[in-house]
Amino acid sequence: MNKMKKPKKVLILGSGGLRIGQAGEFDYSGSQAIKALKEEGIYTVLVNPNIATVQTNSDMADRVYFLPLTKEFVEQVIVKEKPDALFLSFGGQTALNVGLELEDAGVLKKHGVRVLGTSTDTIRTTEDRQLFAEALKSIDVDVAESYAVKTLDAGLRAAKKIGFPLMIRSAYSLGGKGSGKISSEEELAQRLNEAFTSVPQVLLEEYLGGWKEIEYEVVRDQFDNCVTVCNMENFDPMGIHTGESIVVAPSQTLNNHEYHLLRSIAQKTVRHLGVIGECNIQYALNPKTSEYRVIEINARLSRSSALASKATGYPLAWVAAKLALGYALFEVQNMVTQTTQACFEPALDYVAVKMPRWDLTKFKAANRRIGSEMKSVGEVMAIGRTFREAIQKAVRMLHIGAEGVVCNDFDIADPLDEIVHPTDRRLFAIPVVMHAGVTVKELHNMTGIDPWFLHQLKEIVDVQNMMKYAKRLDTELMRTAKAYGFSDRQIAKLRKTDEAKIRAARKKFGILPVVKQIDTLAGEFPARTNYLYMTYNGSEHDVERDDHSLLVLGSGPYRIGSSVEFDWCCVQAVQSAHAKGYRTIMLNCNPETVSTDFDICDRLYFEELTLERVLDIEEFEHPEGVVVSMGGQIPNNLALPLHELGVPIVGTSPKDIDRAEDRRKFSKLLDRIGVEQPKWRELTTVTAARKFASTVGYPVLIRPSYVLSGAAMNIAYSPEALDQYLQQAADVSQKHPVVISKFIENAREIEVDGVAQNGELVIYAFTEHVENAGVHSGDATSVMPPQKSYLETIRRIKKITRAVVAELHITGPFNIQFLAKKNQLRVIELNLRASRSFPFVSKAAKYNFIDLATRTMLGDDIRGEYNTVDLDYVVVKAPQFSYSRIKGADPVLYVEMSSTGEVACFGEQYHEAFLKSLLAAELVLPKKNIFLSIGRDENKAKLARSVEKLHKMGYRLYGTENTVKFLRKEYGVPITQLHKISEKKSPTILDYIEKRKIDFMIIIPRTLNRQTVSDGYHIRRAAIDHNIPLISNVQLAQTFVDALYTLQVYKQPLQIKAWDEYKKNGE
Amino acid sequence: MAEKYIRTRSVPIGGIFCKMNPMEQRISAKIILADGTTFTGWSFGAPQSTDGEVVFATGMTGYPEAFTDPSFRGQILVMTYPLVGNYGVSDGPFESDRVQIQGLIVQEYSAEYSHQEAVYSLSQWLTREGVPAVYGVDTRALTKKLREHGVMLGQIVIGSDTPKEAHALEDPNIRNLVDEVSIVEPVLIGSGRKKIIAVDCGMKENIIRCLQKRGVTIKRVPWNYNYLHEEWDGLFLSNGPGDPMMLQETIGYLREAMKGKKPIFGICLGSQLMGLAAGAQTYKLKYGHRSQNQPCREVGTQRCYLTTQNHGFAVDEKTIPKDWKLWFVNANDGTTEGIRHTKKPFFSVQFHPESTPGPEDTEFLFDYFIDKVNRI
Repeated sequence: MNKMKKPKKVLILGSGGLRIGQAGEFDYSGSQAIKALKEEGIYTVLVNPNIATVQTNSDMADRVYFLPLTKEFVEQVIVKEKPDALFLSFGGQTALNVGLELEDAGVLKKHGVRVLGTSTDTIRTTEDRQLFAEALKSIDVDVAESYAVKTLDAGLRAAKKIGFPLMIRSAYSLGGKGSGKISSEEELAQRLNEAFTSVPQVLLEEYLGGWKEIEYEVVRDQFDNCVTVCNMENFDPMGIHTGESIVVAPSQTLNNHEYHLLRSIAQKTVRHLGVIGECNIQYALNPKTSEYRVIEINARLSRSSALASKATGYPLAWVAAKLALGYALFEVQNMVTQTTQACFEPALDYVAVKMPRWDLTKFKAANRRIGSEMKSVGEVMAIGRTFREAIQKAVRMLHIGAEGVVCNDFDIADPLDEIVHPTDRRLFAIPVVMHAGVTVKELHNMTGIDPWFLHQLKEIVDVQNMMKYAKRLDTELMRTAKAYGFSDRQIAKLRKTDEAKIRAARKKFGILPVVKQIDTLAGEFPARTNYLYMTYNGSEHDVERDDHSLLVLGSGPYRIGSSVEFDWCCVQAVQSAHAKGYRTIMLNCNPETVSTDFDICDRLYFEELTLERVLDIEEFEHPEGVVVSMGGQIPNNLALPLHELGVPIVGTSPKDIDRAEDRRKFSKLLDRIGVEQPKWRELTTVTAARKFASTVGYPVLIRPSYVLSGAAMNIAYSPEALDQYLQQAADVSQKHPVVISKFIENAREIEVDGVAQNGELVIYAFTEHVENAGVHSGDATSVMPPQKSYLETIRRIKKITRAVVAELHITGPFNIQFLAKKNQLRVIELNLRASRSFPFVSKAAKYNFIDLATRTMLGDDIRGEYNTVDLDYVVVKAPQFSYSRIKGADPVLYVEMSSTGEVACFGEQYHEAFLKSLLAAELVLPKKNIFLSIGRDENKAKLARSVEKLHKMGYRLYGTENTVKFLRKEYGVPITQLHKISEKKSPTILDYIEKRKIDFMIIIPRTLNRQTVSDGYHIRRAAIDHNIPLISNVQLAQTFVDALYTLQVYKQPLQIKAWDEYKKNGE
Repeated sequence: MAEKYIRTRSVPIGGIFCKMNPMEQRISAKIILADGTTFTGWSFGAPQSTDGEVVFATGMTGYPEAFTDPSFRGQILVMTYPLVGNYGVSDGPFESDRVQIQGLIVQEYSAEYSHQEAVYSLSQWLTREGVPAVYGVDTRALTKKLREHGVMLGQIVIGSDTPKEAHALEDPNIRNLVDEVSIVEPVLIGSGRKKIIAVDCGMKENIIRCLQKRGVTIKRVPWNYNYLHEEWDGLFLSNGPGDPMMLQETIGYLREAMKGKKPIFGICLGSQLMGLAAGAQTYKLKYGHRSQNQPCREVGTQRCYLTTQNHGFAVDEKTIPKDWKLWFVNANDGTTEGIRHTKKPFFSVQFHPESTPGPEDTEFLFDYFIDKVNRI
């Protein structure tokens, strides 16, 4: 290392709340960056409001600021901390954008902060399409031609340069409208004329449909050494976003010429641009001519780089951080082998397959089609010695009810349609039509998917048929099926028997998976790697079992409801177990996680979280215990089956977990100990459902057990609505009962997260929801310590909690959710596992709940005094939504969870913390014009005071007819009426939205339902599509206005204080 | 007494549909190493038993280029990347006009290949070339065996063929392999102003292409050709198979040429020959370098290059004479990757700047050589 002065203090920007397109991978990259800096003795300051990340732990950065990632906040942190350098490339697009804004505003120059790694000039070049195209053209690198046009003439001129067919894309597209393939000048003219009536500008681009999509991950140091760590091939050709594609590493269908053509261009480009650190480059490759186009370059750590890092074992983020400090590539050690160094390109001796996880059915009215926009919320990666084995594993890892590529029960009405117009189920539709005789060639013509991949799927289908029709399941057939990635369950389904019988037969045949290492060098050098996978395509284990080990089951793919929080819990559990002297084994399959990092556990199995695979690992490793309570619902569901097979589960007994999970058993238990719960019934006929609903009175909450489409849960306010929802639930029967419970309106929700030891409550934290019940706890804004609950309520909650803990003999983490109304408390949910809010309460209360839980589960006595209520500060957690990514989804708070992440901020008082937290979740404060549409007079009355305050603060108010009438008449608030879209009079709200005359919206729906035909829906959706901040909940709106008033009228500042500056009482 | 072969519990694993014709009977095949270790798989390619030196290579693509590399002469090649044959085989051109490997061992191969340029499946190509291959083998286990033990002699036994006794396995290193792969008569290529003598010890075709691209005349000569009494501007020594010590004739002419001042460039075996001619010694590596990801540092700079390699012998750094110096060194294991004369334009690299297969990072060395040639 030379030529660069080592910085003393580095500021690192995180990526904030998880959202579609920017998820957990940045916890991985940021954590690695911090560790790489700390190893150098550099003081690190991190700004990231994502409280559930590992990087914001107290033992990571020297200083953590839970603050919004905006120019204003970060500037104040710079003023306060005076760092001499800045890391921009580890916090996704968010960090990059903030960094560029700070530079533009001269903040960095003024305070002498230099950007480490890739320069901001380079970043700007890669971010700006024009500059980017020019830079690449100057070194004879081909980029896809693209022109932004504003007139018909300009469009036709551009088309002459591009040639037909071409792609048309609306620059501000709504619902993907206006994009598509254009084949002739006439067609283009027509489409342009149409488009210009609604948008000012469209993009005309070279049409690359059917080209292969290939990515390279490149690393470069300041001495111009450059390596391509990984190349990846998309199963889905161009036209489907790489985040929506099945991706395979390394490429499978590229010959030497193509592979190295693209590799050399990647290096040439990266050198020309002057990247220092990590860079991702995406190509389109014409399979007929080997022509290529560079599509995009990300001069920072990205989702793809996290994937590449996990696929190869090469610690990209760590290396990138070291290179940014000025090291040469060969000076950085390969942390995986520990014998070689980082200046090399990994050789794989396996195939890694990434699959996206979608949750489109969680969003009502959302389209299942996938395409050029990213909608997936998470991903998994499977490793095998063949593509077939890996892809079947990957499917199971998704936990979407699929058994593999084949043997699924999905009812796909028109499989060819879902193949030609891809949906999230395209992979499952392919075998269906193969069974019907559609050939590989035909499928290739329909989809552009390379025939090699299709042949691989065809072979899986062939083996499926063999299994199904063979007279006897002999050793050879069994071995073949396992080598083809079939699970015991798939085989059982085909042989009409059960999983356990197949497992027993298989073991009798001596067919067991082998454990292989990922060592980055394909076995060329001995490696001290802890990175493992299992395969049936092998005859020898690479490792022997470890003594005194503990197996921790991870959380699987990030999805709505299960995200980085559970990974945080798993990482903490592993660290606590390690501190107690255990050899720790981590099992997970999510490449975006910290838990799958090379330096977290003693052994990492990048494997399926299925009963079969957990048993395989258990039988090989014989761990002293298995932890099922840290990774959320997937491992929790495995508790009882594992226990019944004699696997030692640590912590609360799986029998007791089952008593909490089984609705009937739990209900009986609550009755016995005298704890109230909302009335509920499990019903199998529509008539019985109606009868029960009228007995308990509307509204009622409906949870069908089998759903065709649309959100699973609903609130019915009337018998008609009940009928409608039950119809949606496809089929209510003995096999698919529906659970109906009384929905209690205007109740507050309070959660307890705690740790118990042998049935004794040890530590607990109360969080109170800002929103009334009816909003999913994952979408609620929560505050700690509680602000509105009476001491008496808290006291009684504690009492009930103690009783439940004792009754279920809890040892370890748990979470209880309460409804509080008029001094009445009801339990609505209990989880005998760590909940989503454990990292939040741990960091807010400054006790590590998971460390305590892990220790007590492993036998430590953790009883003691813990103060979690008497805090001198307030912490507010806010949900992070991704509605703008899911076209058509209704952005309203509801009983089904739809947030993709969360953030939390600290404050001296409630309103300060609340406002910071909302800002951290990307809310922008209103400037001048606020639009109001408040359903129900009750809500209007509740919000009247708040509206008055808005008026007092000088905001100009707009509203819909009824809202305007009510507020003017009853409260005399001046407010201008705008017409609803359905009124067909102008000016409509939409006009105002489109002309950006509205900069903030409060739209309260009449009921907690989602009615996608309503005016409210269209307005809410327009707000999201035009990036206008929106609040759709009464309590949230009230609190927001109060907080704004505190800020603007009482001039309470939003303070810039680090986490360690918030002291607990008496400290 | 005949050695007993140890049967491991290895059973063939893998594709049952790897034949183009699924009705065709699968033929089993065994790999038996000299120490008796046995792996069982299925036969593809030419169904004939063979023996040779078993080595492994870690490249993930470029199998037609690798298999036609004359440096693999006499060797049974284990591919560590488990899927081979995915893009079939095109008409070339590759690195020589035939498949040079003695046999092939893979985890899994694709009978159903896919590529615009492909004209054969891998199996069809190998069958046509008379080269046997085995799939369904845990190639990682086999690779680890070779890594721990070092390269070993071994055999591929097809179906019910009788295996050879271990002592009867043919060691290709005691043959003059170079003689088998070198050309017989000199050939003149190109019509540039400067003339290069290219000594073909099993030269990869892409070396010729790389030289030709730079506008020189190439006289490609057999390994034992005496060029000392001819006019030339630069001398090039190619890659090739086996032990460099077998080529005393080549070394003799080279030593004479080194008395002059005209540029001399050697690649791979050529580098070892230059070392020997200069007075250094060579030795056999435990399991060699056969991969496309070998990092080589240029001594005295901050530069490190990714290279393709295929060699089992190396120049011993400790024996480099004092008017020569270390030029490149392997960043992984510290072995010699290139030497150069301190005053004269003599230089050589152990790796393959012509790539194919592998990274193109060091092709500039041809520019360097031709530049030296053009200066005289």
